[in-house]
Amino acid sequence: MYLSLTTTMALSKKDVEHIALLARLGLTEAEKEKFASQLSSILDYFEQLKEVNTNGVEPTAQVTGLENVLRDDVVESYDAETMKKLVDLAPEHEDNLVKTKSVF
Amino acid sequence: MNLNELTIKEANEGLKKKDFSSLELTKACLAQIKKTDDKIKSFITVTSDLALQQAKASDKVGDFSDPLTGIPLAVKDCFCTKDVKTTGGSKILQNYIPPYSATTIEKLEAKKSVMLGKVNLDEFTMGSSTENSGFFPTHNPWDLSRVPGGSSGGSASAVCANQTLFALGTDTGGSIREPASFCGITGLKVTYGRVSRYGVMSYASSFDTIGPLTKTVEDAAMVLNALAGADAKDSTTPPVAVPDYTANLSKDIKGMKIGVPKEYFVAGMDPQVEKTIKQAIAKFEDLGAKVSEVSLPLTKYAIATYYILVKSEASANLARYDGVRYGYSAKAETLLDNYLQSRAQGFGPEVKRSIMMGTYTLSAGYYDAYYLKAAKVRTLIKQDFEKVLSQVDCLMTPVAPTVAFKLGEKVDDPLTMYLADIFTISMNIAGVPALSIPCGFVKPKDGKTEMPVGLQIIGKQFAEGTILQIGHNFQKASDWHKRQPIIEE
Repeated sequence: MYLSLTTTMALSKKDVEHIALLARLGLTEAEKEKFASQLSSILDYFEQLKEVNTNGVEPTAQVTGLENVLRDDVVESYDAETMKKLVDLAPEHEDNLVKTKSVF
Repeated sequence: MNLNELTIKEANEGLKKKDFSSLELTKACLAQIKKTDDKIKSFITVTSDLALQQAKASDKVGDFSDPLTGIPLAVKDCFCTKDVKTTGGSKILQNYIPPYSATTIEKLEAKKSVMLGKVNLDEFTMGSSTENSGFFPTHNPWDLSRVPGGSSGGSASAVCANQTLFALGTDTGGSIREPASFCGITGLKVTYGRVSRYGVMSYASSFDTIGPLTKTVEDAAMVLNALAGADAKDSTTPPVAVPDYTANLSKDIKGMKIGVPKEYFVAGMDPQVEKTIKQAIAKFEDLGAKVSEVSLPLTKYAIATYYILVKSEASANLARYDGVRYGYSAKAETLLDNYLQSRAQGFGPEVKRSIMMGTYTLSAGYYDAYYLKAAKVRTLIKQDFEKVLSQVDCLMTPVAPTVAFKLGEKVDDPLTMYLADIFTISMNIAGVPALSIPCGFVKPKDGKTEMPVGLQIIGKQFAEGTILQIGHNFQKASDWHKRQPIIEE
């Protein structure tokens, strides 16, 4: 219908590896090849937006016109049982704290 | 007639008259799930004990003045339900038990509705067929070799197969309307912000909406009455008054103006579907409405605009699944490897593709060309809708270009799959409400069973009452919504 599947925006395997690292997403070699080709054809399809004149048009991220919705900066307290359940959800936890590997 | 086949309205009348109890109604639904769900696969989790307990509690109070009291429902598995496993259809959350419930779930608990369980979906709601579920695909009750649509496929199949009286779903680009159309039921996508998203897993935060899948438009109005309204926990819910959505349903639609956007009748559409939609629109003329052709000239850019913005937002939302705070962890040696491996092992192909796509379009050097450009085109598409909807009371289009397709037919081709949403995504770009109702059946070339076709009725922002009134008038004058599937043994 609206799609053309000719590919001109070819993404290289190196591009895919770079994006995957930014996204902290491990990929197999097969996935890298599959995504390079699939993402290339999708990006190519996106090129058509260049046909739309958007000079002087403001971007929209909020469709009902709400702006700067604020609430009072007040701490909401939870019962001990809920707090324990939240910490228990962490794959590793110790002394009511979430445990993780060192950053450096 | 079995109790599980009732509408909400009929069941409420029976409960009020003490013809039957909520416990009997709930048991009828659980029996239907037991009888049919090994074939249909709507449910990820059936909460039988909880349902029986909630049903007994509503019978004990015995006050059925609220139409949802004692009424069983199924919940899409991306709504957090306190102490009940909530997977989002993803292996990364396959053992996740949230310690709190979504606002919508709390609202229905306050009405003493009865939760039957959690139903299947495309992983994190990304898909149009429910084949992207991390666990198993769901089957269309009309023809088990076909998809139920998606991503709220389990919600739609459960209502269609009378496993429940109604279901909750989410709609980011058609995820309530397309499965409602494919299963021959009623589905409502609300105005962005009409219903709180608190406690529902995010896909694309500026597009996601929550709404009901029901057997009739009247039932959808009743459920919306319970769900709508501002929520302090969701800052995107505006303080717009909530009317009684059932109040004007029966008013006639004489003189109402219906716009038919010409861009929604294009080459490539199934001619039988097109004919069915046109016949349905003609029916509204019989009911006294005035039909005219209108134009939404930017329609052809909707898919690109939608996928750039939605996948960008999705890639940011999915960053929270880090293998540290909750969900699956690969327990690798270093922090980086733990991120890489937890996400590699926990996410399925469409979610990975979304993360890759969104990360690319948001990355340095490409942000202006993709995300910002699409956000500007979004403004223009929204203006297109505002302009046309200032001239007519509603728009009518098909929900999908075809009836439900076969399982496996499109699963390996993301671009073709994205086309299943071609007629539904623009409403999420513009934030306007849209209703899907069954308006006829056609026999596909590759099948023996007649499959349902859905008509889409689109309104102005916060004009849910108007599109529900128009849809109800159609259902008063037709029987398509009463047709029942014969589920293969």
